[in-house]
Amino acid sequence: MSGSIPASPSVEAIGPAAAAPRAAGLSPTADAWRRFRKHRLAVVSLFVLGVIVFAVLIGPLIWRVPIDAIDFSAMLQGPSLAHPCGTDALGQDLLARLMYGGKISLAVGVAAMLVAVIVGTLIGAISGMASGRLDAAVMWVTDMFLALPQLPLLLLLIYLFRPALQRMLGEQGGIFVLIVTVIGGLRWMPLARLIRAQFLSLREKEFVEAARALGASKLRLVIRHIMPNAMGPAIVAATIEVANAIIAESTLSFLGVGFPPDVPSWGRMLYDSQDYLQIAPHWALFPGSAIFLAVLSINFIGDGLRDALDPRRVI
Amino acid sequence: MSRSYLLRRVLLAIPGLLAISVILYTILALAPGDPLGEIATNPNVPPAVQLALRAKLGLDDPIWQRYLHWLVAMAQGDWGFSFTSQESVSRLIMQRLPVSLALFGTSEVLAVLVAVPVGVLAAVRPYSWLDQIANTVGLIGFSLPTFFTGLVLILVFSVKLNWFPFVFESNVQATGLAWWWIEFKQSIMPIAVIGLFQGASLVRYVRSSMLDVIRLDYVTTARSKGIGARRVLMRHVVRNGLIPVVTLVAVQLPQIFGATIITEQIFRVPGIGSLLIASILADDIPVVMAVTFVYACLVVLLNLLADLLYVWLDPRIALR
Repeated sequence: MSGSIPASPSVEAIGPAAAAPRAAGLSPTADAWRRFRKHRLAVVSLFVLGVIVFAVLIGPLIWRVPIDAIDFSAMLQGPSLAHPCGTDALGQDLLARLMYGGKISLAVGVAAMLVAVIVGTLIGAISGMASGRLDAAVMWVTDMFLALPQLPLLLLLIYLFRPALQRMLGEQGGIFVLIVTVIGGLRWMPLARLIRAQFLSLREKEFVEAARALGASKLRLVIRHIMPNAMGPAIVAATIEVANAIIAESTLSFLGVGFPPDVPSWGRMLYDSQDYLQIAPHWALFPGSAIFLAVLSINFIGDGLRDALDPRRVI
Repeated sequence: MSRSYLLRRVLLAIPGLLAISVILYTILALAPGDPLGEIATNPNVPPAVQLALRAKLGLDDPIWQRYLHWLVAMAQGDWGFSFTSQESVSRLIMQRLPVSLALFGTSEVLAVLVAVPVGVLAAVRPYSWLDQIANTVGLIGFSLPTFFTGLVLILVFSVKLNWFPFVFESNVQATGLAWWWIEFKQSIMPIAVIGLFQGASLVRYVRSSMLDVIRLDYVTTARSKGIGARRVLMRHVVRNGLIPVVTLVAVQLPQIFGATIITEQIFRVPGIGSLLIASILADDIPVVMAVTFVYACLVVLLNLLADLLYVWLDPRIALR
């Protein structure tokens, strides 16, 4: 808040005085891990996410039911031994489809995060190093992008560009590239602002000034001195961006404009299950819970990383 | 608030809107595919007719000229006609906009009613069990995708318990209290889905904003004067701590509109969100463009409102 000075130090006091001395003999990574472990839910979440990733990558090798084996004698069945997660309206095995869908959802999440991080870091760094007009212009564009209605634009972009990209890159590849680019391309703004804010404060710090005085070039300043110190908050933001991208992809598929029906991403499964909610609730509950668990565990991990990577916080 | 500031802030919103319209138009112009659509590929339409059509519609003009035409038409309220329903786009939107705004408004009120008390209580005793529960529940609520909560609510309250209808009825045949009762019953689930999602993401912000204020000197002074804890909290802390929340709500608007679109779609609420999805699935580009632009305008306008409210609430902000 502008004009207010936090005077009496109390809970959560922030400032150099409160800096926690790193436990002796620990490298920064080991110290971060020590702090991360204090966040119990984050550790649990790391385990849950690990299980999800493991199931998605190794699961299909163990559970060898094909995702598109149609069996009309086993339509809309609830969980049983033959089909641990039940079946859908075509009698296809939901467990196999869940594992396949998870691979897509997680891949989209990570890839879209990478796009957002690369674009956001680049723009934030440029804006943070340049001052004056360029900075103002870049920030104006960023703010404008922030005011764009995300979901309608996502829908519009995917609707308009899907046919062309599918012709170029194939049915699945086209939609994957499109979804990743569009989600990443509309989510870089928070990261750009974060990186810029970090740069603005870091570039005035003494150690940067010292490096500058020793004749370090601007590029070296950024790469060797400023960037490593700006990484902490960026990593936290990037983690949460994965969760956001997973939700965005599921939303698109849920609205029927994401992946085609033969690619059972979690959102697509929910979309297909809607009409059978009354007779086959398990069909909606399994993919929905999968999205929820993945997103929740990633968000908790981000929360834990925030504690772990903020050296000002005493834990 | 000085009148010149008000005027200037309103004028500043215009370049933003223009820029958004440029982005929208560029996307449309860059998109592959012929705007004439089927006519361009139909062999029964002779090339001469096609050329004449193109010339008449101005499709061969340079892009900036087409953009200006489009902008002028939009500004004059001529939003074209829907491909599917043969109705004017502006009428379609005007019919449905009130429903969407009512849904958005009530769920926003619900969100604030949930988030503020919880956030304040969490900030009063930081790191207490209450604070930890509020934090955890907030994170859970905000990790639950709205489409999933919507489906689960339908499953529990419509399918299993049969308390609420799961398809929204737009023409309720009742008057007086009965009408209100039916409206209440059918709106409660969509409002709850959006309101709780938004409330969950607000709790943390309210908490940290309150914590910023609680440790200020003037709060200590108030306490040391012997004012009761409750009174200090309500009169001194909450009133100031809530000011930044106004901005936060404004910043989250694009996300909230996303949630309302999904919720309208799930519960078949006849608002502009479900109109958008229906139009996309039916290849109805004029409606899609118009609805997207309406959402963009709403974001810009509400942001403007939040800015003005902020200045009004916090006189420390210097007006230049």
